[in-house]
Amino acid sequence: MTRSRRTRVAVASALALPLALAACGGSSGGGTQPTAGGSSAAGGATTTLRVLDYYNNDPGKTVWQKALEGCAAQAGAKISREAVPGASLIPKVLQQASSRTLPDLLMLDNPDLQQIAATGALIPLDQFGITGDGFAKGVVDASTYKGKLYGLQPSTNTIALIYNKDILDKAGVKPPTTWDELKATAKQLTKGGTYGFAVSAPANYEGTWQFLPFMWTNGGDEKDINTPQVAQAVQLWVDLMKDGSLSKSALNWTQADVNDQFKAGKAAMMINGPWQFPVLDAAKGLNYGVAQIPAPKAGEKVVAPLGGETWTVPQTKDKDKQALAAKVVQCLNSDESQLNLAKQNDTIPTKTALLASFSSTNPHIKAFADQIPTARARTGELGADWPKAATKIYTAFQAALTGQTSAADAVKQAQNG
Amino acid sequence: MADRPPLSGTTHAIPQPAGSTRTRPPAGAPGSPPAGDQGEGRRAGRRSLRRRERLAAAAFLLPAAAYMVLFFGYPVVKNFLMSFQKYSTSTFYTGEAPWVGLGNYRSVVHSSVFSKAMLNTALFTVGSIVGQFVIGLSLALFFRRRFPLSGVLRSLLLLPWLIPLIVSGAVWRWILDKDNGALNRFLAGVHLAPGHPGWLVTTSLALVAVILVNIWLGIPFNATILYGGLQDIPEELYEAASLDGATGWKAFRYVTWPLLRPVVSVVLVLGVVYTIKVLDIILGLTNGGPAHATETIATQSYHLSFQQFDFGQGAALGNILIAISLLFSVVYLRANRRAVDE
Repeated sequence: MTRSRRTRVAVASALALPLALAACGGSSGGGTQPTAGGSSAAGGATTTLRVLDYYNNDPGKTVWQKALEGCAAQAGAKISREAVPGASLIPKVLQQASSRTLPDLLMLDNPDLQQIAATGALIPLDQFGITGDGFAKGVVDASTYKGKLYGLQPSTNTIALIYNKDILDKAGVKPPTTWDELKATAKQLTKGGTYGFAVSAPANYEGTWQFLPFMWTNGGDEKDINTPQVAQAVQLWVDLMKDGSLSKSALNWTQADVNDQFKAGKAAMMINGPWQFPVLDAAKGLNYGVAQIPAPKAGEKVVAPLGGETWTVPQTKDKDKQALAAKVVQCLNSDESQLNLAKQNDTIPTKTALLASFSSTNPHIKAFADQIPTARARTGELGADWPKAATKIYTAFQAALTGQTSAADAVKQAQNG
Repeated sequence: MADRPPLSGTTHAIPQPAGSTRTRPPAGAPGSPPAGDQGEGRRAGRRSLRRRERLAAAAFLLPAAAYMVLFFGYPVVKNFLMSFQKYSTSTFYTGEAPWVGLGNYRSVVHSSVFSKAMLNTALFTVGSIVGQFVIGLSLALFFRRRFPLSGVLRSLLLLPWLIPLIVSGAVWRWILDKDNGALNRFLAGVHLAPGHPGWLVTTSLALVAVILVNIWLGIPFNATILYGGLQDIPEELYEAASLDGATGWKAFRYVTWPLLRPVVSVVLVLGVVYTIKVLDIILGLTNGGPAHATETIATQSYHLSFQQFDFGQGAALGNILIAISLLFSVVYLRANRRAVDE
């Protein structure tokens, strides 16, 4: 214990030296923040926090780097960040969990949080006095495991109906708000090489994610998908495909493929998320609008799925670093930081009080933001059992869309595994 | 060309008469029997020599053996044990993996996807192997003739091998797209299939499409190895056969095929072992869909382990795959031994 304390002090002072020099050089940006070298070494003030996330592409990469550096500086620490490709994050976390080399600050995709929290590798945030007060309920649900909060999510996203204004104006129609309108409008807009409607419906979790707003809004539930509500939602997609309004290729499209179709004018409406805005804005002559997902009947509340990533503090040996990491999590979730991150990444703040003012700044984000208060987290109900349910859901709509079984049989067979 | 004696200037070289290409070990060098030793001493010396040789041999084997145990033995044994455990994400942190006996095997075999995946694995393997082998052999026979640019064309054949799988998967996905894919555009253009068949999105076509892409990937391997085998068949045999009236198909049947058989068996067995576990190209093209139409044991095992985080069940399915591969390897080894005995 004493020995490790002594080495820590030694390391801390060694780290403090170049920092102090850097401070003398005048390179430190924030004047209001305490200079790192100035505080006492015993408090671990100049420690470096190891950070792991998957924002490995710009603009997100740079935006997060700045946000993390800023918050770490406020807590009096530096960061050493590793951004891995999305698919290798969980394998990396599991590997680090077994070798006890988890980072001090860990980002997780929100549906993975409970899976990782269940291993015991994360610290409940109430130990640091952090609560989920003021956050959208779905967001807190996703980061809660067995009644305890393990992560906080500064920004979120969801999916909505993005439509080509020019095509709809030319046909003289408004964006649909009910399922019947959706079917009619999609059929009307299907002409030549253009499909009226596009979704991503492949045999993976991406397909499930796109199907959820239809299933949830209709009252379906992942606990048991063998219900008329889920079957009706499946039937909606089947009808759209049978009408020819939705290409059969949807069965193999990613959301990026769907976006490409829309961008190229080959789809008049699509289900997609705000992360596509940069691509859509870059397309010349494309005039698009965003509406909420059509509900089964007029006036029904849309229940969309919540996306986004949550920040956690893993179990490490160093209590001081844990406390610092928790401070960074808190700072990332401050009102100012939430608004800043949401603006720069085309996402939505997770504190309900910020939603109204935020959506007024960007007309495209309004429909997304309006869905957030009622939106649900994928793991809110089933927690670590979600992957099994998600598999059942895509198995069901794939079986029905390929014409192998009726919608009712598809949900029944998928539920019974 | 024979080695020539070194020209002047290389003073350290031992002068050799022109034409002698082999150097003889000087007398007394290790390996030559010691002259003059008799009786007990000689026998004891030989025994200790043999022991030393055996030790040296073991020492040379050690790195290879250690490598095998570390990189082949450990994963196989670990995977075997894993398949009898409830191995989840928690196991990575807590190290706890409760023993479940045959439970994992029972659940994967009884799952509704298993029989479908088994059938798909068989169809995929047989279809790919037959296609790759027939086309590969035809190309190898074709390139046996020398003609202008044959060398260039032969090396171009290797292209599918040079492209990373992720890239070829993405390109094929684009080619096979239903609405705007290059293939359907072409087929519609020549009025062959105006209906735009959904290669990757129709349950009846998806497996065929995936097999076709895998055949394309496997042709270079088959063609290259078989071409190598053909090079080893002496030209005189064909001349002799043609004197006996065996040309064309008959020459293939009675000269090429029997002499190519050992190479053919290697190609086929390796092909089966490679194909049965193909994962990346299927994940890249269809991800096992639509509606499990292209789900194989390998994709299902991947899915269980890395998407549902049920590593125990994934390992169980992986072991079933290993057992099937092993069966083919044993058949190959036996067939090979018989060939050697003959």
